[in-house]
Amino acid sequence: MLPTPDTSHVSFDTIYEPSEDSYLFLDTLSSESESKWLSERFQKTNSDSLGHENNNSVPLVVEAGTGSGVVLAFAAAHSQKIFGRQDILTLGVDVNRNACLATRETVATAIKTNQIPTTDSGAPNLHTIHISSVTADLCTSLRPGSVDVLLFNPPYVPTEELPRLPTAAENDPATVQGLSRSAKFESESFFLSLTYAGGADGMETTNRLLDAVPGVLSSRGVAYVLLCKQNRPEEVKEVIRGWGGWNAETVGSSGMKAGWEKLVIVRIWRQGSDR
Amino acid sequence: MKVITANFVTCAVKDCKTSAASFPLHFHDAELEMQEIDFQPEFIRNVIPRIDWEGLRVTANELGFPSLPDSKPEGKALEDERTLKDLHRLLLETQVMEGRLVCGNCGHQYAIKEGIANFLLPSHLV
Repeated sequence: MLPTPDTSHVSFDTIYEPSEDSYLFLDTLSSESESKWLSERFQKTNSDSLGHENNNSVPLVVEAGTGSGVVLAFAAAHSQKIFGRQDILTLGVDVNRNACLATRETVATAIKTNQIPTTDSGAPNLHTIHISSVTADLCTSLRPGSVDVLLFNPPYVPTEELPRLPTAAENDPATVQGLSRSAKFESESFFLSLTYAGGADGMETTNRLLDAVPGVLSSRGVAYVLLCKQNRPEEVKEVIRGWGGWNAETVGSSGMKAGWEKLVIVRIWRQGSDR
Repeated sequence: MKVITANFVTCAVKDCKTSAASFPLHFHDAELEMQEIDFQPEFIRNVIPRIDWEGLRVTANELGFPSLPDSKPEGKALEDERTLKDLHRLLLETQVMEGRLVCGNCGHQYAIKEGIANFLLPSHLV
């Protein structure tokens, strides 16, 4: 089993603590079948004799809603196993600035621990570069067609209300410093609610993400989205197949448990883009 | 944020998506910091194909870097170590720690603090 990235530096006051869903993500990406599929899609090719798009181009791996950064750090640190190559770029997105700061550190530590040799004996390796963590709403700030791998572990719990989005000001460290104790508690509760509360069917945020998928993915792009049983995964997959030209398959599942929080991970990709 | 990020982000305002002026976002008052990273010619060679060259030229110019070649390096030019080293330094080693990213279409300003850019919009723009 590949090591789980260290998140001991993360304060979970406003950030989701890695849980069963996060670990399902790690297990799915590194499973034999999924890493084989991804490696075939993104591995380097020596010849370009047919004039195809240069597939050696480094993949950009983006996670929306990184939280602690454990999933993105795992993909970054184990890129050789998962994507069949050491050289990938990672970008983290979260509506919570604290999560962005945490993710930056989690990913950097994981890359350093797993990909960069500590002795002088080995030649320097190619390794993942984490280009940035940005505070943003899902894919709204990403250039269309730029993302090769999109990871999303959503706020999927059905709730009566969907929390509003935080403002830039609420994420300003200067604002946060000036808060009274009770206002600080309220702010922390609000940010935590954003990590799990999914509104109607737990799907309101996921549906916004899905709407953005065809626009933001590159021609070789693929998205992984986690769903719980109450999100009605089978219906979600049917909707995606109805976009025209898109596939959706369950590629990971939390197994035999009968609990309401049975989890699956769905892979979404363009038809005819299998290699 | 590493400078390469500017090649993958755009204005978060919906109406700007269809405007060519919204990419790249423009750096204002950028404070830079260098982070040394082992130079790997292969990495940079594999990054170049996915760069929007015109966008990067604008960014490099705004950050005060020497002018990039007029067109994206291809073929023999990808063997030139000087070119690859310059791009390595600009794209991967240079980080923007403070400053703003400004949309050329709507003028909205996104603040960068401690290397984290904030693309959240005020409610009237969402």
